[in-house]
Amino acid sequence: MSSLSLSLSRALPLPRTPRAAFGQVVLNEARLVRRQPVNMIGSIGLPVVLVIIFGELPSFHQALPAYGGLILFDAYVPIIMVLGLTMLTLLALPGPLVSYRELGILRRLSTTPVPPSWLLAAQVVVQLCIALAGLLIVNAVSVVAFGAPVPKSLGGLALSCLLAIGGLFALGLLIAALAPTASSVNAIGRLALIPLMFFAGLWLPRAIMPAVLQDISNYTPLGAAVEAIQDSVQTGFPPTAPLLVLAGYTLVFAYLARRFFRWE
Amino acid sequence: MATLESTAAEILVEAPATAGRRPAVEVANLRKTYGTLVAVDDVSFTVTEGEIFGILGPNGAGKTTAIECAIGLRRPDAGTIRLLGLDPHADQDQVHEIVGVQLQSGALPAKLRVGEILEEYRSFYRDPADVEELLDVLGLSAKRGDYYRSLSGGQRQRLSVALALIGQPRLAFLDEMTTGLDPQARRDTWELIEQIRDRGVTIVLVTHFMEEAERLCDRVALIDRGRVVALDTPARLAAQARGGKTVRFLPSGPFGDRLLTGLPEVRRVDHDGQHVVVTGTGELVNAVILALHAAGVTARDVQLDSSNLEDAFVKLTG
Repeated sequence: MSSLSLSLSRALPLPRTPRAAFGQVVLNEARLVRRQPVNMIGSIGLPVVLVIIFGELPSFHQALPAYGGLILFDAYVPIIMVLGLTMLTLLALPGPLVSYRELGILRRLSTTPVPPSWLLAAQVVVQLCIALAGLLIVNAVSVVAFGAPVPKSLGGLALSCLLAIGGLFALGLLIAALAPTASSVNAIGRLALIPLMFFAGLWLPRAIMPAVLQDISNYTPLGAAVEAIQDSVQTGFPPTAPLLVLAGYTLVFAYLARRFFRWE
Repeated sequence: MATLESTAAEILVEAPATAGRRPAVEVANLRKTYGTLVAVDDVSFTVTEGEIFGILGPNGAGKTTAIECAIGLRRPDAGTIRLLGLDPHADQDQVHEIVGVQLQSGALPAKLRVGEILEEYRSFYRDPADVEELLDVLGLSAKRGDYYRSLSGGQRQRLSVALALIGQPRLAFLDEMTTGLDPQARRDTWELIEQIRDRGVTIVLVTHFMEEAERLCDRVALIDRGRVVALDTPARLAAQARGGKTVRFLPSGPFGDRLLTGLPEVRRVDHDGQHVVVTGTGELVNAVILALHAAGVTARDVQLDSSNLEDAFVKLTG
Protein backbone atom coordinates (compact mmCIF):
# COMPACT_ATOMS: atom_id res chain seq x y z
CA MET A 1 0.00 0.00 0.00
CA SER A 2 2.99 2.32 0.24
CA SER A 3 3.20 3.00 -3.47
CA LEU A 4 -0.26 4.48 -3.71
CA SER A 5 0.56 6.23 -6.96
CA LEU A 6 -3.03 6.30 -7.99
CA SER A 7 -3.53 6.43 -11.66
CA LEU A 8 -6.48 4.08 -12.04
CA SER A 9 -6.11 5.36 -15.52
CA ARG A 10 -8.57 5.23 -18.32
CA ALA A 11 -6.04 3.13 -20.14
CA LEU A 12 -7.09 0.28 -22.39
CA PRO A 13 -10.86 0.54 -22.29
CA LEU A 14 -11.42 -2.68 -24.18
CA PRO A 15 -14.77 -2.90 -25.87
CA ARG A 16 -16.93 -5.32 -23.86
CA THR A 17 -19.88 -7.21 -25.21
CA PRO A 18 -22.53 -9.14 -23.31
CA ARG A 19 -21.25 -12.30 -24.95
CA ALA A 20 -17.73 -11.72 -23.63
CA ALA A 21 -19.11 -11.05 -20.16
CA PHE A 22 -21.20 -14.23 -20.18
CA GLY A 23 -18.15 -16.12 -21.42
CA GLN A 24 -16.17 -14.85 -18.42
CA VAL A 25 -18.91 -15.93 -16.02
CA VAL A 26 -19.06 -19.42 -17.59
CA LEU A 27 -15.26 -19.66 -17.52
CA ASN A 28 -15.13 -19.02 -13.77
CA GLU A 29 -18.01 -21.44 -13.08
CA ALA A 30 -16.15 -24.09 -15.06
CA ARG A 31 -12.99 -23.40 -13.04
CA LEU A 32 -14.94 -23.83 -9.82
CA VAL A 33 -16.37 -27.17 -10.95
CA ARG A 34 -12.93 -28.37 -12.01
CA ARG A 35 -11.47 -27.34 -8.65
CA GLN A 36 -14.20 -29.14 -6.70
CA PRO A 37 -14.42 -32.41 -8.65
CA VAL A 38 -16.27 -34.16 -5.83
CA ASN A 39 -19.59 -33.34 -7.50
CA MET A 40 -18.53 -35.03 -10.71
CA ILE A 41 -18.12 -38.32 -8.82
CA GLY A 42 -21.90 -38.64 -8.60
CA SER A 43 -22.66 -37.57 -12.13
CA ILE A 44 -19.84 -39.31 -14.04
CA GLY A 45 -17.67 -41.43 -11.73
CA LEU A 46 -20.39 -43.48 -10.03
CA PRO A 47 -22.33 -44.32 -13.23
CA VAL A 48 -19.18 -45.45 -15.01
CA VAL A 49 -18.15 -47.63 -12.06
CA LEU A 50 -21.64 -49.17 -11.91
CA VAL A 51 -21.59 -49.94 -15.64
CA ILE A 52 -18.23 -51.66 -15.25
CA ILE A 53 -19.33 -53.69 -12.17
CA PHE A 54 -22.65 -54.74 -13.69
CA GLY A 55 -20.92 -55.43 -17.01
CA GLU A 56 -18.42 -57.75 -15.36
CA LEU A 57 -21.10 -59.80 -13.54
CA PRO A 58 -22.02 -62.87 -15.65
CA SER A 59 -25.49 -63.04 -14.07
CA PHE A 60 -26.26 -59.63 -15.61
CA HIS A 61 -25.79 -60.96 -19.12
CA GLN A 62 -28.56 -63.57 -19.19
CA ALA A 63 -31.78 -62.95 -21.06
CA LEU A 64 -34.50 -63.31 -18.45
CA PRO A 65 -38.02 -64.45 -19.37
CA ALA A 66 -39.38 -62.35 -16.48
CA TYR A 67 -37.94 -59.28 -18.25
CA GLY A 68 -39.59 -60.14 -21.55
CA GLY A 69 -36.34 -61.65 -22.78
CA LEU A 70 -34.40 -58.47 -21.94
CA ILE A 71 -30.80 -58.86 -20.80
CA LEU A 72 -30.50 -57.51 -17.24
CA PHE A 73 -27.43 -55.41 -18.05
CA ASP A 74 -29.30 -53.72 -20.92
CA ALA A 75 -32.16 -52.98 -18.56
CA TYR A 76 -29.75 -51.29 -16.15
CA VAL A 77 -27.91 -49.03 -18.61
CA PRO A 78 -30.80 -46.50 -18.89
CA ILE A 79 -31.24 -46.64 -15.11
CA ILE A 80 -27.57 -45.83 -14.59
CA MET A 81 -27.74 -43.00 -17.14
CA VAL A 82 -30.67 -41.52 -15.28
CA LEU A 83 -28.96 -42.05 -11.91
CA GLY A 84 -25.99 -39.92 -13.04
CA LEU A 85 -28.31 -37.16 -14.26
CA THR A 86 -30.23 -37.23 -11.00
CA MET A 87 -27.13 -37.02 -8.79
CA LEU A 88 -26.04 -34.04 -10.86
CA THR A 89 -29.31 -32.16 -10.76
CA LEU A 90 -30.21 -32.88 -7.14
CA LEU A 91 -26.79 -32.08 -5.68
CA ALA A 92 -24.21 -30.60 -8.05
CA LEU A 93 -26.49 -28.04 -9.73
CA PRO A 94 -28.38 -26.46 -6.82
CA GLY A 95 -25.44 -26.54 -4.35
CA PRO A 96 -23.41 -23.68 -5.86
CA LEU A 97 -26.52 -21.63 -6.65
CA VAL A 98 -27.70 -21.71 -3.04
CA SER A 99 -24.25 -20.92 -1.72
CA TYR A 100 -24.02 -17.94 -4.10
CA ARG A 101 -27.21 -16.63 -2.55
CA GLU A 102 -25.87 -17.32 0.96
CA LEU A 103 -22.56 -15.60 0.25
CA GLY A 104 -24.31 -12.52 -1.15
CA ILE A 105 -22.86 -13.02 -4.63
CA LEU A 106 -26.26 -12.78 -6.32
CA ARG A 107 -26.86 -9.55 -4.42
CA ARG A 108 -23.48 -8.19 -5.41
CA LEU A 109 -24.18 -9.01 -9.05
CA SER A 110 -27.48 -7.17 -8.96
CA THR A 111 -25.52 -3.95 -8.41
CA THR A 112 -23.48 -4.52 -11.60
CA PRO A 113 -24.53 -4.30 -15.27
CA VAL A 114 -24.78 -8.11 -15.30
CA PRO A 115 -27.99 -9.57 -13.83
CA PRO A 116 -27.60 -12.36 -11.23
CA SER A 117 -29.64 -14.69 -13.46
CA TRP A 118 -26.54 -14.93 -15.67
CA LEU A 119 -24.75 -16.78 -12.91
CA LEU A 120 -27.57 -19.34 -12.83
CA ALA A 121 -27.47 -19.64 -16.61
CA ALA A 122 -23.68 -20.11 -16.53
CA GLN A 123 -23.98 -22.83 -13.91
CA VAL A 124 -26.63 -24.58 -16.05
CA VAL A 125 -24.36 -24.40 -19.11
CA VAL A 126 -21.43 -25.94 -17.22
CA GLN A 127 -23.52 -28.69 -15.62
CA LEU A 128 -25.20 -29.40 -18.97
CA CYS A 129 -21.79 -30.13 -20.47
CA ILE A 130 -21.01 -32.50 -17.60
CA ALA A 131 -24.41 -34.20 -17.95
CA LEU A 132 -23.92 -34.78 -21.68
CA ALA A 133 -20.39 -36.04 -21.12
CA GLY A 134 -21.66 -38.48 -18.47
CA LEU A 135 -24.41 -39.82 -20.75
CA LEU A 136 -21.97 -40.24 -23.64
CA ILE A 137 -19.35 -42.02 -21.55
CA VAL A 138 -21.85 -44.44 -19.96
CA ASN A 139 -23.32 -45.29 -23.36
CA ALA A 140 -19.98 -45.70 -25.04
CA VAL A 141 -18.58 -47.95 -22.30
CA SER A 142 -21.67 -50.16 -22.19
CA VAL A 143 -21.76 -50.61 -25.98
CA VAL A 144 -18.03 -50.94 -26.64
CA ALA A 145 -16.92 -52.89 -23.58
CA PHE A 146 -19.98 -54.91 -22.59
CA GLY A 147 -21.89 -55.56 -25.81
CA ALA A 148 -24.97 -53.48 -25.10
CA PRO A 149 -26.98 -52.86 -28.29
CA VAL A 150 -26.34 -49.74 -30.37
CA PRO A 151 -29.44 -47.56 -29.88
CA LYS A 152 -32.13 -48.29 -32.47
CA SER A 153 -33.17 -44.63 -32.66
CA LEU A 154 -30.37 -42.16 -32.02
CA GLY A 155 -32.76 -39.24 -32.56
CA GLY A 156 -35.20 -40.75 -30.07
CA LEU A 157 -32.39 -41.27 -27.59
CA ALA A 158 -31.17 -37.70 -27.99
CA LEU A 159 -34.69 -36.32 -27.56
CA SER A 160 -35.36 -38.53 -24.54
CA CYS A 161 -32.11 -37.46 -22.90
CA LEU A 162 -32.75 -33.79 -23.59
CA LEU A 163 -36.25 -33.97 -22.11
CA ALA A 164 -34.93 -35.90 -19.10
CA ILE A 165 -32.25 -33.24 -18.66
CA GLY A 166 -34.92 -30.54 -18.98
CA GLY A 167 -37.15 -32.04 -16.30
CA LEU A 168 -34.30 -32.82 -13.92
CA PHE A 169 -32.51 -29.48 -14.36
CA ALA A 170 -35.78 -27.68 -13.68
CA LEU A 171 -36.15 -29.80 -10.54
CA GLY A 172 -32.60 -28.87 -9.52
CA LEU A 173 -33.42 -25.19 -9.96
CA LEU A 174 -36.58 -25.67 -7.90
CA ILE A 175 -34.48 -27.17 -5.10
CA ALA A 176 -32.12 -24.18 -5.41
CA ALA A 177 -35.15 -21.93 -5.09
CA LEU A 178 -36.51 -23.64 -1.99
CA ALA A 179 -33.38 -24.71 -0.06
CA PRO A 180 -32.52 -22.09 2.57
CA THR A 181 -28.84 -23.06 2.91
CA ALA A 182 -26.19 -24.93 0.94
CA SER A 183 -26.14 -27.70 3.53
CA SER A 184 -29.91 -28.16 3.27
CA VAL A 185 -29.48 -28.83 -0.46
CA ASN A 186 -27.71 -32.05 0.48
CA ALA A 187 -30.49 -33.10 2.84
CA ILE A 188 -33.25 -32.32 0.34
CA GLY A 189 -31.33 -33.96 -2.49
CA ARG A 190 -30.70 -37.19 -0.60
CA LEU A 191 -34.32 -37.32 0.55
CA ALA A 192 -35.67 -36.84 -2.98
CA LEU A 193 -33.14 -39.24 -4.51
CA ILE A 194 -34.56 -42.41 -2.93
CA PRO A 195 -38.20 -42.32 -4.16
CA LEU A 196 -37.15 -40.88 -7.50
CA MET A 197 -34.62 -43.66 -8.09
CA PHE A 198 -37.00 -46.30 -6.78
CA PHE A 199 -39.47 -45.51 -9.55
CA ALA A 200 -36.62 -45.38 -12.06
CA GLY A 201 -36.14 -49.07 -11.16
CA LEU A 202 -32.78 -48.90 -9.43
CA TRP A 203 -33.74 -51.57 -6.90
CA LEU A 204 -36.54 -53.23 -8.83
CA PRO A 205 -36.32 -52.79 -12.63
CA ARG A 206 -39.52 -51.52 -14.17
CA ALA A 207 -40.04 -54.73 -16.15
CA ILE A 208 -40.64 -56.76 -12.97
CA MET A 209 -42.50 -54.09 -10.98
CA PRO A 210 -46.07 -54.97 -10.01
CA ALA A 211 -48.55 -53.34 -12.41
CA VAL A 212 -49.57 -50.65 -9.89
CA LEU A 213 -45.97 -49.56 -9.28
CA GLN A 214 -45.29 -49.60 -12.99
CA ASP A 215 -48.28 -47.32 -13.59
CA ILE A 216 -47.04 -44.90 -10.94
CA SER A 217 -43.52 -45.12 -12.34
CA ASN A 218 -44.78 -44.08 -15.79
CA TYR A 219 -45.83 -40.74 -14.36
CA THR A 220 -42.71 -40.00 -12.32
CA PRO A 221 -39.94 -38.01 -14.00
CA LEU A 222 -37.34 -40.76 -13.70
CA GLY A 223 -39.73 -43.59 -14.61
CA ALA A 224 -40.70 -41.74 -17.77
CA ALA A 225 -37.06 -40.98 -18.53
CA VAL A 226 -35.99 -44.63 -18.19
CA GLU A 227 -38.94 -45.78 -20.31
CA ALA A 228 -38.16 -43.28 -23.09
CA ILE A 229 -34.44 -44.05 -23.11
CA GLN A 230 -34.97 -47.82 -22.98
CA ASP A 231 -37.46 -47.75 -25.85
CA SER A 232 -35.07 -45.62 -27.95
CA VAL A 233 -32.33 -48.19 -27.41
CA GLN A 234 -34.37 -51.41 -27.73
CA THR A 235 -37.23 -50.76 -30.14
CA GLY A 236 -37.00 -47.37 -31.87
CA PHE A 237 -38.48 -43.91 -31.49
CA PRO A 238 -40.15 -43.79 -28.05
CA PRO A 239 -43.92 -43.45 -27.57
CA THR A 240 -45.37 -40.01 -26.93
CA ALA A 241 -46.53 -40.62 -23.34
CA PRO A 242 -43.18 -40.59 -21.50
CA LEU A 243 -41.95 -37.68 -23.65
CA LEU A 244 -45.03 -35.67 -22.73
CA VAL A 245 -44.62 -36.55 -19.06
CA LEU A 246 -41.02 -35.28 -19.15
CA ALA A 247 -42.00 -32.10 -21.02
CA GLY A 248 -44.76 -31.53 -18.47
CA TYR A 249 -42.38 -31.86 -15.51
CA THR A 250 -39.93 -29.51 -17.22
CA LEU A 251 -42.58 -26.80 -17.54
CA VAL A 252 -44.04 -27.24 -14.05
CA PHE A 253 -40.69 -27.39 -12.23
CA ALA A 254 -39.33 -24.48 -14.27
CA TYR A 255 -42.40 -22.38 -13.49
CA LEU A 256 -42.22 -23.17 -9.77
CA ALA A 257 -38.46 -22.52 -9.66
CA ARG A 258 -38.95 -19.14 -11.27
CA ARG A 259 -41.90 -18.37 -9.04
CA PHE A 260 -40.10 -19.16 -5.76
CA PHE A 261 -36.50 -18.24 -6.50
CA ARG A 262 -35.11 -15.70 -4.04
CA TRP A 263 -32.12 -13.60 -5.00
CA GLU A 264 -31.13 -12.87 -1.40
CA MET B 1 -30.86 19.14 19.94
CA ALA B 2 -33.34 21.65 18.60
CA THR B 3 -30.63 23.87 17.16
CA LEU B 4 -28.95 20.92 15.55
CA GLU B 5 -32.08 19.88 13.75
CA SER B 6 -32.71 23.34 12.39
CA THR B 7 -29.11 23.52 11.20
CA ALA B 8 -29.54 20.24 9.41
CA ALA B 9 -32.62 21.54 7.68
CA GLU B 10 -30.79 24.66 6.49
CA ILE B 11 -27.95 22.62 5.09
CA LEU B 12 -30.37 20.39 3.24
CA VAL B 13 -31.59 23.45 1.39
CA GLU B 14 -28.28 25.02 0.47
CA ALA B 15 -25.45 22.43 0.78
CA PRO B 16 -23.02 25.33 1.25
CA ALA B 17 -19.65 23.60 1.17
CA THR B 18 -20.01 22.62 -2.43
CA ALA B 19 -22.23 25.30 -3.91
CA GLY B 20 -22.26 25.39 -7.71
CA ARG B 21 -21.55 21.69 -8.20
CA ARG B 22 -24.11 19.19 -9.38
CA PRO B 23 -25.73 16.78 -6.98
CA ALA B 24 -24.52 13.18 -7.23
CA VAL B 25 -27.14 11.77 -4.86
CA GLU B 26 -30.53 13.27 -4.10
CA VAL B 27 -32.66 11.47 -1.55
CA ALA B 28 -35.94 13.10 -0.58
CA ASN B 29 -38.45 11.95 2.03
CA LEU B 30 -37.34 8.33 1.83
CA ARG B 31 -39.48 5.92 3.82
CA LYS B 32 -39.20 2.15 4.11
CA THR B 33 -41.12 -0.16 6.43
CA TYR B 34 -40.90 -3.89 7.07
CA GLY B 35 -44.30 -4.86 8.37
CA THR B 36 -44.84 -2.64 11.39
CA LEU B 37 -41.16 -1.75 11.72
CA VAL B 38 -40.28 1.63 10.25
CA ALA B 39 -36.68 1.14 9.15
CA VAL B 40 -36.27 4.49 7.40
CA ASP B 41 -38.55 7.41 8.14
CA ASP B 42 -38.55 10.58 6.03
CA VAL B 43 -34.84 10.62 5.29
CA SER B 44 -33.54 13.35 3.01
CA PHE B 45 -30.02 14.30 2.03
CA THR B 46 -28.07 15.53 -0.94
CA VAL B 47 -24.51 14.57 -1.84
CA THR B 48 -22.66 16.87 -4.23
CA GLU B 49 -20.22 15.63 -6.85
CA GLY B 50 -16.71 15.15 -5.51
CA GLU B 51 -17.80 14.87 -1.90
CA ILE B 52 -17.08 12.12 0.60
CA PHE B 53 -20.37 11.89 2.40
CA GLY B 54 -20.73 9.86 5.57
CA ILE B 55 -23.80 8.09 6.84
CA LEU B 56 -23.28 7.49 10.52
CA GLY B 57 -25.44 5.87 13.13
CA PRO B 58 -25.73 3.10 15.70
CA ASN B 59 -26.41 -0.49 14.65
CA GLY B 60 -29.96 -0.97 13.43
CA ALA B 61 -30.45 2.76 12.82
CA GLY B 62 -31.50 2.18 9.21
CA LYS B 63 -28.22 3.14 7.50
CA THR B 64 -27.98 0.03 5.35
CA THR B 65 -31.67 0.07 4.46
CA ALA B 66 -31.35 3.69 3.33
CA ILE B 67 -28.36 2.78 1.15
CA GLU B 68 -30.06 -0.31 -0.27
CA CYS B 69 -33.01 1.85 -1.29
CA ALA B 70 -30.68 4.47 -2.75
CA ILE B 71 -28.89 2.00 -5.02
CA GLY B 72 -32.10 0.32 -6.12
CA LEU B 73 -31.75 -2.99 -4.27
CA ARG B 74 -34.95 -2.25 -2.37
CA ARG B 75 -38.03 -0.34 -3.37
CA PRO B 76 -38.85 2.41 -0.88
CA ASP B 77 -42.44 2.85 0.26
CA ALA B 78 -42.22 6.56 -0.37
CA GLY B 79 -39.75 9.21 -1.44
CA THR B 80 -37.65 10.00 -4.48
CA ILE B 81 -34.06 9.03 -5.27
CA ARG B 82 -31.79 10.33 -8.01
CA LEU B 83 -28.25 9.12 -8.62
CA LEU B 84 -26.40 11.49 -10.96
CA GLY B 85 -29.85 12.53 -12.13
CA LEU B 86 -30.95 8.93 -12.82
CA ASP B 87 -33.71 6.88 -11.24
CA PRO B 88 -32.16 3.72 -9.71
CA HIS B 89 -35.09 1.58 -10.91
CA ALA B 90 -36.20 3.11 -14.19
CA ASP B 91 -32.64 3.82 -15.37
CA GLN B 92 -31.16 0.68 -13.82
CA ASP B 93 -28.84 -0.16 -16.72
CA GLN B 94 -27.14 3.24 -16.76
CA VAL B 95 -26.99 3.37 -12.97
CA HIS B 96 -25.21 -0.01 -12.76
CA GLU B 97 -22.65 1.19 -15.29
CA ILE B 98 -21.61 4.34 -13.39
CA VAL B 99 -22.38 3.54 -9.74
CA GLY B 100 -20.10 1.17 -7.84
CA VAL B 101 -21.38 -0.60 -4.74
CA GLN B 102 -19.63 -2.45 -1.95
CA LEU B 103 -22.16 -4.17 0.23
CA GLN B 104 -21.69 -5.19 3.82
CA SER B 105 -20.66 -8.82 4.39
CA GLY B 106 -20.48 -10.06 0.82
CA ALA B 107 -18.22 -13.06 0.20
CA LEU B 108 -16.95 -14.63 -3.02
CA PRO B 109 -16.34 -18.22 -4.20
CA ALA B 110 -13.57 -19.75 -2.09
CA LYS B 111 -11.77 -21.41 -5.00
CA LEU B 112 -11.52 -18.54 -7.43
CA ARG B 113 -8.29 -16.58 -7.65
CA VAL B 114 -8.18 -12.83 -7.05
CA GLY B 115 -7.20 -12.11 -10.66
CA GLU B 116 -9.93 -14.37 -12.04
CA ILE B 117 -12.60 -12.62 -9.98
CA LEU B 118 -11.43 -9.18 -11.10
CA GLU B 119 -11.26 -10.23 -14.76
CA GLU B 120 -14.83 -11.54 -14.55
CA TYR B 121 -16.25 -8.36 -13.03
CA ARG B 122 -14.13 -6.25 -15.35
CA SER B 123 -15.84 -7.83 -18.35
CA PHE B 124 -19.22 -6.48 -17.18
CA TYR B 125 -18.36 -2.84 -17.83
CA ARG B 126 -17.91 -0.74 -20.95
CA ASP B 127 -14.97 1.27 -19.66
CA PRO B 128 -13.37 -0.71 -16.84
CA ALA B 129 -10.25 0.03 -14.81
CA ASP B 130 -7.00 -1.77 -15.47
CA VAL B 131 -6.74 -4.86 -13.26
CA GLU B 132 -2.98 -4.53 -12.65
CA GLU B 133 -3.24 -0.93 -11.55
CA LEU B 134 -6.25 -1.54 -9.36
CA LEU B 135 -4.47 -4.44 -7.65
CA ASP B 136 -1.41 -2.26 -7.17
CA VAL B 137 -3.39 0.60 -5.67
CA LEU B 138 -5.18 -1.76 -3.30
CA GLY B 139 -1.99 -3.54 -2.27
CA LEU B 140 -3.20 -6.85 -3.68
CA SER B 141 -0.70 -7.34 -6.52
CA ALA B 142 1.09 -10.13 -4.70
CA LYS B 143 -2.25 -11.88 -4.13
CA ARG B 144 -3.35 -11.94 -7.74
CA GLY B 145 -2.86 -15.69 -8.10
CA ASP B 146 -4.21 -16.61 -4.66
CA TYR B 147 -7.54 -18.25 -3.94
CA TYR B 148 -10.15 -16.05 -2.29
CA ARG B 149 -10.28 -18.39 0.70
CA SER B 150 -6.60 -17.79 1.47
CA LEU B 151 -7.05 -14.01 1.81
CA SER B 152 -7.09 -12.30 5.20
CA GLY B 153 -10.12 -10.31 6.30
CA GLY B 154 -8.47 -7.07 5.26
CA GLN B 155 -7.51 -8.41 1.86
CA ARG B 156 -11.04 -9.67 1.23
CA GLN B 157 -12.39 -6.28 2.17
CA ARG B 158 -10.00 -4.55 -0.21
CA LEU B 159 -10.95 -6.97 -2.99
CA SER B 160 -14.56 -6.09 -2.33
CA VAL B 161 -13.71 -2.39 -2.65
CA ALA B 162 -11.82 -3.23 -5.85
CA LEU B 163 -14.94 -4.85 -7.32
CA ALA B 164 -16.91 -1.70 -6.51
CA LEU B 165 -14.30 0.35 -8.40
CA ILE B 166 -13.47 -1.95 -11.34
CA GLY B 167 -16.12 -0.32 -13.54
CA GLN B 168 -14.56 3.15 -13.01
CA PRO B 169 -17.74 4.47 -11.37
CA ARG B 170 -18.49 8.16 -10.96
CA LEU B 171 -20.23 7.43 -7.67
CA ALA B 172 -19.38 4.72 -5.15
CA PHE B 173 -21.32 3.46 -2.15
CA LEU B 174 -19.16 1.75 0.47
CA ASP B 175 -20.96 0.05 3.35
CA GLU B 176 -18.80 -0.59 6.46
CA MET B 177 -15.72 -0.98 4.30
CA THR B 178 -13.21 -1.00 7.18
CA THR B 179 -15.13 -3.17 9.63
CA GLY B 180 -12.92 -6.06 10.70
CA LEU B 181 -9.69 -4.44 9.49
CA ASP B 182 -6.68 -3.92 11.71
CA PRO B 183 -5.75 -0.27 12.40
CA GLN B 184 -3.01 -0.15 9.78
CA ALA B 185 -5.19 -1.66 7.05
CA ARG B 186 -7.93 0.78 8.03
CA ARG B 187 -5.60 3.76 7.60
CA ASP B 188 -4.39 2.42 4.25
CA THR B 189 -7.97 2.10 3.11
CA TRP B 190 -8.73 5.67 4.17
CA GLU B 191 -5.79 6.88 2.14
CA LEU B 192 -7.10 4.93 -0.81
CA ILE B 193 -10.58 6.44 -0.48
CA GLU B 194 -9.14 9.95 -0.46
CA GLN B 195 -7.18 9.21 -3.61
CA ILE B 196 -10.22 7.85 -5.34
CA ARG B 197 -12.10 11.01 -4.42
CA ASP B 198 -9.25 13.06 -5.84
CA ARG B 199 -9.96 11.39 -9.18
CA GLY B 200 -13.42 12.92 -9.06
CA VAL B 201 -15.37 9.95 -7.73
CA THR B 202 -18.14 10.88 -5.33
CA ILE B 203 -18.19 8.59 -2.32
CA VAL B 204 -20.97 7.71 0.08
CA LEU B 205 -19.56 5.98 3.13
CA VAL B 206 -21.64 4.06 5.64
CA THR B 207 -19.78 3.65 8.89
CA HIS B 208 -20.05 3.45 12.60
CA PHE B 209 -16.44 4.50 13.18
CA MET B 210 -16.34 8.10 14.38
CA GLU B 211 -12.64 8.40 13.62
CA GLU B 212 -13.25 7.28 10.06
CA ALA B 213 -16.02 9.80 9.48
CA GLU B 214 -13.98 12.56 11.09
CA ARG B 215 -10.93 11.82 8.98
CA LEU B 216 -12.63 11.23 5.63
CA CYS B 217 -16.01 12.85 5.35
CA ASP B 218 -16.74 16.34 4.06
CA ARG B 219 -20.22 16.08 5.54
CA VAL B 220 -21.97 13.55 7.71
CA ALA B 221 -25.60 12.58 8.12
CA LEU B 222 -26.28 11.16 11.55
CA ILE B 223 -29.10 8.61 11.39
CA ASP B 224 -30.88 7.30 14.45
CA ARG B 225 -34.04 5.21 14.57
CA GLY B 226 -34.59 5.68 10.86
CA ARG B 227 -34.32 9.47 10.89
CA VAL B 228 -31.65 12.03 10.04
CA VAL B 229 -30.98 13.69 13.39
CA ALA B 230 -28.13 15.89 12.18
CA LEU B 231 -26.36 16.77 8.96
CA ASP B 232 -23.24 18.91 8.84
CA THR B 233 -19.45 18.84 8.61
CA PRO B 234 -17.88 16.61 11.28
CA ALA B 235 -16.20 19.65 12.88
CA ARG B 236 -19.39 21.64 13.19
CA LEU B 237 -21.36 18.67 14.50
CA ALA B 238 -18.71 18.17 17.13
CA ALA B 239 -18.66 21.83 18.12
CA GLN B 240 -22.42 21.96 18.45
CA ALA B 241 -22.54 18.82 20.49
CA ARG B 242 -20.36 20.22 23.25
CA GLY B 243 -21.90 23.66 22.93
CA GLY B 244 -18.42 24.95 22.25
CA LYS B 245 -14.82 24.43 23.29
CA THR B 246 -13.19 24.12 26.68
CA VAL B 247 -9.92 25.70 27.87
CA ARG B 248 -8.32 24.39 31.03
CA PHE B 249 -5.34 26.13 32.68
CA LEU B 250 -3.45 26.79 35.88
CA PRO B 251 -3.44 30.55 36.71
CA SER B 252 -0.23 32.12 38.13
CA GLY B 253 -2.32 33.98 40.69
CA PRO B 254 -5.88 34.60 41.83
CA PHE B 255 -8.36 36.61 39.73
CA GLY B 256 -12.07 37.24 39.76
CA ASP B 257 -14.26 35.09 37.50
CA ARG B 258 -15.91 38.26 36.25
CA LEU B 259 -12.71 39.05 34.34
CA LEU B 260 -13.56 36.16 32.01
CA THR B 261 -17.34 35.91 32.18
CA GLY B 262 -17.52 39.45 30.79
CA LEU B 263 -15.89 38.30 27.52
CA PRO B 264 -18.28 37.65 24.60
CA GLU B 265 -16.51 34.34 23.78
CA VAL B 266 -16.96 32.90 27.26
CA ARG B 267 -20.07 31.07 28.35
CA ARG B 268 -19.09 29.86 31.79
CA VAL B 269 -16.15 29.51 34.17
CA ASP B 270 -15.62 26.52 36.49
CA HIS B 271 -12.94 25.60 39.01
CA ASP B 272 -11.36 22.19 39.26
CA GLY B 273 -9.00 22.29 42.22
CA GLN B 274 -6.33 24.84 41.28
CA HIS B 275 -7.29 24.65 37.62
CA VAL B 276 -9.76 26.91 35.89
CA VAL B 277 -12.04 25.49 33.17
CA VAL B 278 -13.55 27.98 30.72
CA THR B 279 -16.26 26.96 28.26
CA GLY B 280 -17.13 29.09 25.25
CA THR B 281 -17.02 29.59 21.50
CA GLY B 282 -15.01 31.35 18.79
CA GLU B 283 -11.41 32.42 19.47
CA LEU B 284 -11.75 31.33 23.06
CA VAL B 285 -8.09 30.67 23.86
CA ASN B 286 -6.85 34.01 22.54
CA ALA B 287 -9.56 35.94 24.34
CA VAL B 288 -8.88 34.22 27.66
CA ILE B 289 -5.10 34.57 27.50
CA LEU B 290 -5.28 38.25 26.50
CA ALA B 291 -7.72 39.08 29.30
CA LEU B 292 -5.55 37.28 31.85
CA HIS B 293 -2.43 39.02 30.53
CA ALA B 294 -4.07 42.43 30.86
CA ALA B 295 -4.83 41.58 34.52
CA GLY B 296 -1.23 40.47 35.09
CA VAL B 297 -2.06 36.78 35.36
CA THR B 298 -0.21 34.10 33.41
CA ALA B 299 -1.92 30.88 32.32
CA ARG B 300 0.19 27.73 32.57
CA ASP B 301 -0.49 24.15 31.61
CA VAL B 302 -3.07 25.26 29.02
CA GLN B 303 -5.17 22.47 27.54
CA LEU B 304 -7.69 23.00 24.78
CA ASP B 305 -10.35 20.35 24.86
CA SER B 306 -12.38 20.42 21.70
CA SER B 307 -15.16 17.89 21.51
CA ASN B 308 -15.21 15.43 18.66
CA LEU B 309 -17.72 13.67 16.50
CA GLU B 310 -18.07 10.90 19.03
CA ASP B 311 -19.44 13.41 21.54
CA ALA B 312 -21.95 14.55 18.94
CA PHE B 313 -22.89 10.98 18.21
CA VAL B 314 -23.45 10.09 21.84
CA LYS B 315 -25.37 13.25 22.53
CA LEU B 316 -27.62 12.98 19.49
CA THR B 317 -28.34 9.27 19.52
CA GLY B 318 -28.19 8.59 23.24
